[in-house]
Amino acid sequence: MGEFTEMTAAFSAISRFVDRRQRFFFPAPAVAVLFLIIVLPIVFNLYLTFTKWTVGLGQPQFIGFDNFVEAFGDERVWNGVKVMVYFSGASLALELFLGLMIALYFNRAFRGSEAVQAIYIIPFAATPVAVALIWRIMLNPEIGVINYMLTSIGLPPGLWVSSEHMVVPTLVMVDVWKWTPMITLIVLAGLKSLPQDPYEAARIDGANPLQIFWYITLPLIRPVLIAALMLRSLDNLKEFDMIYTITQGGPGIASETLYLYSYNVSFGFFKAGYGSALMVVVFLVVLVFNVLMNRLRRDASAV
Amino acid sequence: MAKNRTAKALKTILFYAGAIALCAPPLFVFVWMIMTGLKTGVQNISYPPEFIFMPTLENFRAVFEQYNFFHYLMNSLIIATLATAISLVLGLPAAYSIAKYRQGKIGILILIARMTPFVSYLLPWYIIFRYLKLIDSYSALTVTHLIITMPMVIWLMVSFFESMPGELEDAAMIDGCSRWQSFLLIVLPLMRNGIATSAIMAFIFSWNQFLFSLILSGPQTKTVPVAVYNFISYGKIDWAGIGAAATLIVLPVSIFAFFVRKSIVQGLTMGALKD
Repeated sequence: MGEFTEMTAAFSAISRFVDRRQRFFFPAPAVAVLFLIIVLPIVFNLYLTFTKWTVGLGQPQFIGFDNFVEAFGDERVWNGVKVMVYFSGASLALELFLGLMIALYFNRAFRGSEAVQAIYIIPFAATPVAVALIWRIMLNPEIGVINYMLTSIGLPPGLWVSSEHMVVPTLVMVDVWKWTPMITLIVLAGLKSLPQDPYEAARIDGANPLQIFWYITLPLIRPVLIAALMLRSLDNLKEFDMIYTITQGGPGIASETLYLYSYNVSFGFFKAGYGSALMVVVFLVVLVFNVLMNRLRRDASAV
Repeated sequence: MAKNRTAKALKTILFYAGAIALCAPPLFVFVWMIMTGLKTGVQNISYPPEFIFMPTLENFRAVFEQYNFFHYLMNSLIIATLATAISLVLGLPAAYSIAKYRQGKIGILILIARMTPFVSYLLPWYIIFRYLKLIDSYSALTVTHLIITMPMVIWLMVSFFESMPGELEDAAMIDGCSRWQSFLLIVLPLMRNGIATSAIMAFIFSWNQFLFSLILSGPQTKTVPVAVYNFISYGKIDWAGIGAAATLIVLPVSIFAFFVRKSIVQGLTMGALKD
């Protein structure tokens, strides 16, 4: 009997102990695991950045900043930066513009709009590799259905991903197809949460729809637009599955982004040190872009 | 009056034209995917492309019998389920705590995880798993998929927890619940919609994950994205097989996404709509 009371007392003491330190105990397991699976690899990756090492051959050799010096003189790095800026700049701008336009469209309720929305957002969850393969079939210059449809309405067929000049715009098109729905959903949620008073005031003052959009909607929705852009940029700047599946960076290196090149260096040539250094550059690009956008967003919401 | 009616009719027409313009691209790709799977190999490479044809289920049979696709579907199912379950068990209390105590530092950890290129994790993990002889094991793949699913669950759940009124939990505490009890018995049941949404999102992103499996899986643990990709890496491209396999991979996640499409947004916009 005494033992039982002691156990209960001990148990409730533990329970109280945990309770009082909920702030610590609730997130602790998750933080520990995140630390193990995320922070440790990043630290290891940072260490490799300063070494020269071919995986499977000997030990990493410390070489200081030589990898970064090498990257500076590597033409494929500069090509990768160029392709990344081209691909991400074009796809992010288009996705944001179309996402906003389509969100404005959905913001007006009409009969059947729910069903249209449900169909429109299908690509969002579709497995990137699987749909990229289907695009690859459709874009085939000789037997693809897209060229067939173009020629049957009298337009010239395209070379799409087989052409050095067309490859990036074509990849941008596929990216826009897949990801604009996500931007639309976010912007639409933003539009629905806008205050109604400015609109009523504007209507009383006799503003036309274009003026209302330009002077009321756009300034109010700007923080949401920037947030959507940031969220999308996290994945877009590191786009891999779609490019790898459709072109593998080709023809030649015409669609090889910096990220794809760093993958090739790490897992094609197994140059772990150099690959890690390039990855740090990719991370810095994502970080700088998001810090700048975040500053812009704060300014936008302060207005 | 008549002018007004014309304007209204014009508006209606424009709305439906817009609807068609928006539905055509996703529907076309999906229909073409399913059609590719239902055509024979010869029909798939004939020009002009055939729009009307006698559908065959032969490719689906071949995908299961020759390519052992059922095994790969099971691999994806096992890994995505494990990664999702572990992410929920660890992530839910963490997200709750972040939402309640505004633990911004953990939020930054999540953000860094989202910003870091996946290859930065992959290279160290590849080296470690090679050393431990765990390449081509479920544990290796599950661990790497956690890198995606755990930040995602926490990211989504923080905003769901933030939208919960605090009074209910206070009432439970007054009635003598411990914090664990009130979390398990009061808070979680209230959050079941949010939990379902994050679980489905985590599952979808784990199911779709390609890069980690490309390097860390092998004949035993190959997941479906890698399996379908391999249809093109043996010299000749099996379009019909790709069509059938892609249909089998994409349909389940599309159906999942359909059910959570409304609540996804709330999670995606964490902070974006509040600041």
